[in-house]
Amino acid sequence: MIEIDQITKIYDGARAVDAVSMTVETGTITVIVGTSGSGKTTLLRMINRLVEPSSGDVRINGEATAEMSKTALRRRIGYAIQGHGLFPHYTVARNIGVVPQLLGWPAAKIAARVDELLDLFSMAPEQFRTRYPAELSGGQAQRVGVARALASRPDLLLMDEPFGALDPIIRARAQEDLRRIQRKLGSTIVLVTHDMQEAIQLGDRVAVMDAGRLVQHATPAQIITEPATEFVAEMVGGIERPLRLLSLIPACEIAQDGQIEGTPLPAQTSLRDVLAQCLASGRDAVPVLREDGTQGQVTLAAIRARAQSRA
Amino acid sequence: MKIGALIRLALIALLLALVLRPEWFTWAFAPFAPPGGPVIYTRASLLSLALSHLGLVALASTASTLIAVTLAVLVTRPAGAAFRPLSRTITNIGQTFPPVAVLALAVPALGFGAGPTLVALFLYGLLPIFENAMTGLSTLPPATMEAARGIGLSRWQRLVRVELPLAMPVILTGIRLSVVISLGTATIGSTVAARTLGEIIIAGLLTNNTAFVLQGGLIVGLFAVLIYDALVQLETYLSWRLGARRARG
Amino acid sequence: MLSRPGLLFAALGAAAIFLPFLTLAANRIVAGQGVPIWSLAQAAPGLVALVLGLALGVISRPALRLLGAALGLAGLLWLLVQGSNALLSDAGEFARVSPAAGFWCLLVVLSLLMADALGALSPGPWARAALLALTVGLVALLLRSGALSDLSIMQEYASRKSGFQTAALRHLGLAFGSLAAAALIGLPLGIACHSSARLREATLPVLSFLQTIPSLAMFGIMIPILGWIATAVPGAKAIGIAGIGFAPAFFALVLYSLLPVVANLLAGLQSTPPEAREAARGMGMTGFQRLIKVEFPLGLPVILAGLRIVLVQNIGLAVIAGLIGGGGFGTFVFQGLNQTATDLILLGTLPTVALALISAITMDILVELATPTAERTR
Repeated sequence: MIEIDQITKIYDGARAVDAVSMTVETGTITVIVGTSGSGKTTLLRMINRLVEPSSGDVRINGEATAEMSKTALRRRIGYAIQGHGLFPHYTVARNIGVVPQLLGWPAAKIAARVDELLDLFSMAPEQFRTRYPAELSGGQAQRVGVARALASRPDLLLMDEPFGALDPIIRARAQEDLRRIQRKLGSTIVLVTHDMQEAIQLGDRVAVMDAGRLVQHATPAQIITEPATEFVAEMVGGIERPLRLLSLIPACEIAQDGQIEGTPLPAQTSLRDVLAQCLASGRDAVPVLREDGTQGQVTLAAIRARAQSRA
Repeated sequence: MKIGALIRLALIALLLALVLRPEWFTWAFAPFAPPGGPVIYTRASLLSLALSHLGLVALASTASTLIAVTLAVLVTRPAGAAFRPLSRTITNIGQTFPPVAVLALAVPALGFGAGPTLVALFLYGLLPIFENAMTGLSTLPPATMEAARGIGLSRWQRLVRVELPLAMPVILTGIRLSVVISLGTATIGSTVAARTLGEIIIAGLLTNNTAFVLQGGLIVGLFAVLIYDALVQLETYLSWRLGARRARG
Repeated sequence: MLSRPGLLFAALGAAAIFLPFLTLAANRIVAGQGVPIWSLAQAAPGLVALVLGLALGVISRPALRLLGAALGLAGLLWLLVQGSNALLSDAGEFARVSPAAGFWCLLVVLSLLMADALGALSPGPWARAALLALTVGLVALLLRSGALSDLSIMQEYASRKSGFQTAALRHLGLAFGSLAAAALIGLPLGIACHSSARLREATLPVLSFLQTIPSLAMFGIMIPILGWIATAVPGAKAIGIAGIGFAPAFFALVLYSLLPVVANLLAGLQSTPPEAREAARGMGMTGFQRLIKVEFPLGLPVILAGLRIVLVQNIGLAVIAGLIGGGGFGTFVFQGLNQTATDLILLGTLPTVALALISAITMDILVELATPTAERTR
C-alpha cells in the first residue's frame, strides 16, 4: 500500500503540487490524469524522489520514503517513461537486467528473469535478448522499457506517459498488454497520462489533477457519472460522456431474453462496442452471450435507457 | 571494403619495410640524393626514431585524454557549471594558437629536448579532447538520463555505465584529432632536439638532401594516415553499435 | 554573489605576483636574473591597480569584472614600462630586460578574466568588431609610442626592422594567398561534389587523407615534386616555381586547405531544409538558381566557418615555411631555436599568435553576421 500524505512541491513560490493526499491499494492501477502543468508528473516524481517534496510524506507499506537512500528507494520502485529511455549501448537483456544486477542478483537468476519477462511481453527471448535498442521498433522498445521496470519485482511501478510516443494502434495493444500483465503479476502501478480515455480504460482508480490540486480520486465510473468539478466534467468530455460510460459496462449486464439471428457477441463486450455493432449492421438489437453461457439480446432501447440512467 | 583492406595491408607492409629495411629502397631514393651524398639515413636507427616518436605521441595523448576527460566530467557536473563558459572560451582561444607556436614557446620555458615537446603536445592535445568530451557529455539523450536516475543508478554509476560509454564515439573523435596534430607537431619537435622521425627530414633540409626529406616524409605520412584510419575504424564501429542502426528502427 | 572563475583568477593572479616579473641579463646571450615585482622602483601604482583589478574580477557582475580586467592590464603595463626603464638605467650598456614568468602568467590570467567577462556580456557582432579594433589600435599605439622600446624583444625588432617587414608580408602572402587559391579551387570542386555523389565519395577521403599528413612531411614532399615541375615544365621556373622557398610552402598550404573548404561548402549547401529546397523547385527555379538564391545564402555561415578554419590553420602552418626557406615569421622562430635566442623566438611566435587570434575573431564576427537573425539571438 502506498500512502501519499499532504505532499507539496513549491517552485519559486508557486505550488506545483498542493497538499495532495491519496492511497494506492496494493495490486491496483491508479491513473493520475491532468492537463500539462497540472502537477501530475511532479507528483509521480516525488514518489521515487526524482523531485524532493517541499513538505509531506510518502509511505510504502508503512515505511517513509524520506528515510531511505534515494538509490535504494529507486531500485525498489520500477520506473518507465515516455520514449522508453533504454540504454542504447546495452543489449535488451542487459537493459532488462540492470536493476537486478545493481541489487546483486546472481547472473543465472537475472538471465532467467529476463527470459521470463520477454516471454510475458510476447517477445521470443532467443530472438530479442542480444539485440540493441536501436534494432527495436517503437512498440518493442516500449515493452522492453516496461519489462526493465518490472525486472526486480518492485513494490511499485511508476509510469510517466509510457505510451505517449506510440501510434494509436500499437498504443491500444500496449494498454491491453499492461492490463493483462498487471492482473497476472498483481503489480501495483501508478501511471500518469493526459489522456482521459486511457485513464478510464486502465485505471482501477483515477486521480484527476488540476493546477496542483487533486480534484477527484474515484473509480472510472464515478469519474464519468459524478464528476466532482466542472473541470473533471470537461476532461471527461461533455458530449462523449455517455459513450465513455457505455465502454465501462459489459453487455451481459443488460442482456434480455430473446433469440435473434447471428453469431452472439462475448459476454464481456462493452456496451459501446455493442452500440457500434447495432449502428454498423442497421439492426435494433444484436445477439449476445450471457454470463451463464445462454444466448440473449441487447436492444438499442436498453442501451439508451442505461446511458441515460447514469449520465 | 575489400579493396580498402588490401590497400591498408599494402601500406602497412610498405611502412614496415621503410622503417626496418630502408636499404631496400636505395634505388627509389637515389635520384633525389645529391651527387655522391648518402641516400639512406643511417645516423640513427629508423626503428628507434619511430618508437621514440610514437612513444612521445602516445604518452602525451594518454595524459591529455585523462586530464581532458576528467576536466570535461567536472565541468558538466552541476558543481562545475560556473566554469563551463570559461572552459569554452579557453578551448576556442587555445585552438587558434598554432601548434608550432606552442612548441616554440615551450622552449624558453623548459629548455630543449623531449620535455618541451611532450609538454607542448600534451597542452595542445587537451583542447580537441576536452571540447569533444564536453559536447559528448552535454548532449546525451534526456530520456536515457532520466531513466538512469529513475531506476536508481548512483551518480558514479550513471557516469561510468551510461554517460561515458554514450559519449565515447564523440570523445574518440577528439582523441583522433589530437593524435593527428601531435604526430605532426612531434615531427617539428626534432628542431628542438626531441628524437623523432622529423630528424630525418630536418637533416635532409639542412644538407640539401631531398632523398632524406622524402624518406622521412613518407614514413611520417604513412604513420599518420594509418593511425588516423585505425581510429576512424574504431569510431565507426562504436557509433554503429550505439545508434547508426537506429535509422532502421 | 561571487564569481567562481573570478575567485580562481584571483588566486592564480595572486600566486603569479610572487613569480619573477622581469628578467635582467647582462647581454643578449647570457641567461638573465629574475626580478620580483616589489623590488621594482615605483611599483606601487601598478601593483595596486593589479590587485584591485583581480579583486573586481571576483564580483559576479560581468561589467565590473571587465573593468577589473582592464584595470589589471593597465597596471601590468605600468609595471612593465616603469620596471624595464628603471632596471636598464642602472645596468650596463648591453643589458637587456625581458618579461619573465610572472608577467606572462598575469597577462594570461587577466586576458582570461577579460574573455570570461566579455563572454558573460555576450556583445553583438558589431560591438565585438569595435572592441577588436579598439584593442588592436591601442596595442599598435603602444608599440609605436616607444614606451616598450627598452624591452629586449623590441630591441631585437629594431635591429631587424626590414627583415621583419619582409617576413610579415611573406607570412600574410602565404596564409591569405593559399586561402584565396584554396577557395578558387575548392568552391567549384565543392559545388561539383554537391551535385554528384560519386565525385563526392571519391574526393572527400582523398582530401582528408591529405589533411592527415604531418606538415613537415608535406612541406618536404613538395620539394622534389615542385623541383621536378620547375625543370620539366617549360616556363614554370619563370613564374617562380622552384623546389625550395615560397612555392612548395604555398602548394602545401593549398593542399591542406582543400578539405575544410570543400567539406564545409558541402555541409553548408546540404544544410538547406528539404522543405525550402522543395519549395524552390516547386516555384520553378533551375538548379543554378536554387544554388545561388537558396542554398548558398542559407549555407553561408557554414561556408565561412570553413574559411575561418583554413585561415587560422594556415597562419600557423606558414611558420613551417621557415624551415624550407619559404620565409615568414617561421624564419625568426627557427633561427631563434637554433641560437637559443628567446627574444628571436618570441619575435616570430607573438606576431603569428596575434595574427591568428585577430583572424579568428574577425572571421567569427563575419560568420555571425552571415547567420539569419533568428538563429543569432541565442
